[in-house]
Amino acid sequence: MKREEIFERLNNVFRDVFDDESITVSEKTTSADIEDWDSLEHINLIVAVEQEFGIKFNMGEVTTMKNVGEMVNIIESRVK
Amino acid sequence: MKELKYPFDVEYLIKNKKKIKRELLNKEGLIEKNIAILGGSTTSEIKNMLEIFLLNYGIKPTFYESEYNKYYEDAVFGNEELDNFKPDIIYIHTTNRNIMNYPTIVDDEDTINQMLETEYKKLEQIWEKLQEKFGAVIIQNNFEYPYYRLLGNKDVSDMHGRINFINRLNDKIYSYINNHNNIFINDINYLSSCYGLDKWANQFYWHMYKYALEVPAIPYLAFNIANIIKSIYGKNKKAFVLDLDNTLWGGIVGDDGVENLAIGPEVPSGQVYAEFQEYIKAHKNLGIILNVNSKNEHENAIAGLNHPAGILKPDDFIIIKANWNPKHMNIKDIAEELNLGADSFVFVDDNPAERHIVEETYEGIGVPEIDVPENYIRIIDHNGYFEMTNFSKEDIKKNELYKDNAKRSQMMATFENYDDYLKSLKMKAEISSFKPIYLERISQLSNKSNQFNLTTKRYSLADIEHVANSENYIKIYGKLEDIFGDNGVISVVIGHIKGKELHIDLWIMSCRVLKRNMEYAMMDELMRRAKEENITTVYGYYYPTLKNKMVKNFYEDQGFTLISEDDKGNKFYKQDVESYKNKNNVIEVEE
Repeated sequence: MKREEIFERLNNVFRDVFDDESITVSEKTTSADIEDWDSLEHINLIVAVEQEFGIKFNMGEVTTMKNVGEMVNIIESRVK
Repeated sequence: MKELKYPFDVEYLIKNKKKIKRELLNKEGLIEKNIAILGGSTTSEIKNMLEIFLLNYGIKPTFYESEYNKYYEDAVFGNEELDNFKPDIIYIHTTNRNIMNYPTIVDDEDTINQMLETEYKKLEQIWEKLQEKFGAVIIQNNFEYPYYRLLGNKDVSDMHGRINFINRLNDKIYSYINNHNNIFINDINYLSSCYGLDKWANQFYWHMYKYALEVPAIPYLAFNIANIIKSIYGKNKKAFVLDLDNTLWGGIVGDDGVENLAIGPEVPSGQVYAEFQEYIKAHKNLGIILNVNSKNEHENAIAGLNHPAGILKPDDFIIIKANWNPKHMNIKDIAEELNLGADSFVFVDDNPAERHIVEETYEGIGVPEIDVPENYIRIIDHNGYFEMTNFSKEDIKKNELYKDNAKRSQMMATFENYDDYLKSLKMKAEISSFKPIYLERISQLSNKSNQFNLTTKRYSLADIEHVANSENYIKIYGKLEDIFGDNGVISVVIGHIKGKELHIDLWIMSCRVLKRNMEYAMMDELMRRAKEENITTVYGYYYPTLKNKMVKNFYEDQGFTLISEDDKGNKFYKQDVESYKNKNNVIEVEE
């Protein structure tokens, strides 16, 4: 899967989870950029992303992810 | 809402819960309730999911959520915010993560009993404090099993095992609940086993976010809590409305014939339907009303329900709508006749198109997405339509009122004589020469009637067709209807004409209409037709079998004269057509 395609699908997940059609995520997007992205919503986001791509993040990955770009890196490495 | 039925599309729910909530808030007539969640672990997503499931049931919750793991402090020591909140419902979300004292292998029995008491008392103190302060309804989790077993299999049987300890603790919770009102169990032990304990206990979610169950399992938990709450507020379903073909049995009764339906122990597909019928029938004792809504000839529906291997019989149903009307129109009629809202029905139909239109027509109606027959029970059951929070002996009695037989005997007690009772049933019979649509049913009756059967002569469908098309026979069927419903074709008489004589070859009647004087109505009609055919004498035969003793004196009772009886008990009778007097005065007969 191409990086652009991952971003596109990821963007839809973000829009659904935060119920905000104006969201566009980029490499550098972090929780500070999205109003509702707190630690409680974070878990829903993780679950939704896992289900969208049919993958599982492990604890180490979730705790060290710093921005959306890093999330995409992990997804990219899992889905071929 | 379709998305909020079991089984869930968890991915969809998690992603779209905000959208769903917005939509559901537009519903009219929402009742508002204050719900306090006192959690021993993270509850945020439980609250969110519970909210949409409750909205779907027409309940708009306002939540109080305790700070993380402050369930005990909030309940026992109080908290101004909670005090001012005045909860209607308090949900205590404790899990095995909240058990502080677990036995270890070196503890003696006294110590372990002490631990058990300590853990239990903590809960009891919470309940009593909350009841005293708020008088609210309490919903308490039991404890789910731990995901590992230090003692292996012995963990469950040995007092040092955690599973053993949890079972004992749960038992103590149940005995409190069984002896107190306004406290209900939320069985997460069962939920987690259905879901799969290893998945439910996914430790990623505990260590990352302090969720005691994995987030994708939360819809199942929230749905279960919502079912308890909706039941408390009287929003349980009250009736089943059931399709027949490929729902209660395999096959299509009108096409395949009763004898070819899959029901009963012989084949796997028959077993699965028999078990499903048993499951449905068991609901009767819980006060749930059973009804049929099927695209079928009424006779075929009744014939299917009278399948000898079937568990559900026509008498189990209050209303049987078997016709060619659209199903959603039948539902309207059933609702009116039962004086219930369609939203209190569970409509079970294997056809997705029928389900769809019914669901679109009636908001709030239960329409389980059943797929293959072996899943019917699970899918219906896990939707929690009939959560028994307020089950009482009165519920059983209430249902009795709906029961035809109970009604009939009640009525009987108040009548001076049996004729008065029979008249009160307002029976209407249709007695007529064979018609094509009934030929299958007639052949069927001739093949399965054993008791009320004078000659036990069997007719195949081809035989019946021959009789139907021949001038040499008087052949009539009888249908009987009364204030309790239509019994369908229940009697058949065939006689062959020989000059001025009529010989009765077949006389059968279904035992369902015994003692209703239907046999007199049939004889009256037979004699009328005999007269039309210029017949002077009618001859009757009784051939004894192991099963037909009940009609041994049938012709005597009808006023016939015995001509001869042989040593096997075969009896031969005659009756003058001219001197015959009509006997039926309780059934209104039409052709």
